[in-house]
Amino acid sequence: MAAPLINIKEVSYEYEQTKALDRISMKVEEGDFLAILGPNGSGKSTLLKIMLGLIRPSEGSVELFGIDSKQFKHREWIGYVSQKSNSFNSAFPATVQEVVAGGLAKKAGLFHKLPKNTAQQVEESLDAVGMKAFKNRSISELSGGQQQRVFIARALVAKPKVLILDEPTVGIDVQNVQAFYDMLAALNRERNITLVLVTHDVDTVTDRISHVACLNQTIHFHGFKDQLHMMSDEKREAWYGHSVRKIHHTEGSHTHA
Amino acid sequence: MLDAILSYEFLQNAFASGLIIGVIAPLLGVFIVVRRLSLIADALSHVTLAGIAGSLYLSQSVGALALLNPLYLGIASSVMGSMLIERLRSVYKHYEELAIPIILSAGIGFGAIFISLAEGFSSDLFGYLFGTVSAVSRQDLYIVAGIAVIVLAFIRIFFKELFVLSFDDEYARASGLPAKWIHFLFMIVTALVISGSMRIVGILLVSSLMTIPVATAMRVAKSFKQTIWLSILFGEISVLTGLVAAFYFDLAPGGTIVVTSIAILLVILAYRKISLSKKRGAAA
Repeated sequence: MAAPLINIKEVSYEYEQTKALDRISMKVEEGDFLAILGPNGSGKSTLLKIMLGLIRPSEGSVELFGIDSKQFKHREWIGYVSQKSNSFNSAFPATVQEVVAGGLAKKAGLFHKLPKNTAQQVEESLDAVGMKAFKNRSISELSGGQQQRVFIARALVAKPKVLILDEPTVGIDVQNVQAFYDMLAALNRERNITLVLVTHDVDTVTDRISHVACLNQTIHFHGFKDQLHMMSDEKREAWYGHSVRKIHHTEGSHTHA
Repeated sequence: MLDAILSYEFLQNAFASGLIIGVIAPLLGVFIVVRRLSLIADALSHVTLAGIAGSLYLSQSVGALALLNPLYLGIASSVMGSMLIERLRSVYKHYEELAIPIILSAGIGFGAIFISLAEGFSSDLFGYLFGTVSAVSRQDLYIVAGIAVIVLAFIRIFFKELFVLSFDDEYARASGLPAKWIHFLFMIVTALVISGSMRIVGILLVSSLMTIPVATAMRVAKSFKQTIWLSILFGEISVLTGLVAAFYFDLAPGGTIVVTSIAILLVILAYRKISLSKKRGAAA
């Protein structure tokens, strides 16, 4: 059996003497569409940063594609889309095409130029996220939703096996959030890209994901989304506090925060 | 003018150095501006002042160092300043900008001490502060050319990494690029450009040649590469016009270069305003 793409083993993380994560163990298998859910300050983004190697855990270890993350060299296999507002310089003078081509920097390798077919690869990635027509536009002229699509294209251009997204819909208007998740589901289904996503859009995302992890310093649930309703009330309360209620629909049940 | 350049070696040195600086200062300046590091360039130029003043003092007081080119100590102090800024930024993780005033004031402080020890301003020091046309030596030109080779090689080799790092630092680190090392090298190269440019533009005005042409280009460029080419174009126009004006009117070239670059900026801002109001008028 193939090794899990991401294997988190007993990971803890302390930030200024406060425990942000406590002995987390979790596996992400090929083809999963996993949503990590939890209240603010539950350690969701910290867990993603540990997966990406941006921060080192205080205890425990992470294996990527069966290799210890400290020794893992193929970072281009893991695409990353951060929370838009946190990261990029919104007034940056670059075209959409230039931004997406930046996604090939690691794959091309140090001391090497970008490949000759970069323009073609960039177009294909933009096409996959419905942004091909915008390739010559300045990134700063686009709306929040369009910019996030471009950042997904930047992650896709290196043909990653896993795509990690940290609250990708922050700053996107409500009407476009639905379409955004449809696009992610299509990438998961049609291109077999494994997706790991941190989000607050519980209602919108539930129909599209395959797995859920409920996090609040520790993992309270991790499994198929259909099994989430089996989570006990005590566990649910421990995970999210009193604001979580289970609503029974005719076709199943959903958890609302 | 061409006759004068062909006849006098000092003019050849000044114009050749100016042409080189007109390329490398705005080229590196693009990355400095988009990475919001403009103030670091200012801090490093003031640290360079300490090195230059120290060298001028040593050349007065130590006979063996009388012929030492002050650029060498200027370059050394600038590179050291860039490393200290990085060290301070890691010490004050939550107040990274503190590194800039600390290093800037340290540079001015040491500079003032060395100037006092050397018993005030000499014409040499005035040239280093505001630039000079007449005192650029062949050795200065070779140093500037050497720095240009390093800068161009650095940008050529690490262009894609620098672009990603400038656009989105977190993404660069997440995708496994050696962001820390490239930033460290970038700081050293910035220190080299600042110390190399100051012979023509002057310590006090060197950061403006790295930022004003870029600010101008950003108003009209449609892409990152276009921003680079336009910044170099505006930088070259500023340097050449400024040097010619400085030569004919016997002025400090730093002043004429910076005033020219500001004039170009104002023209471009006015052009943008007129073309935008025309567009709005057509749309209405």
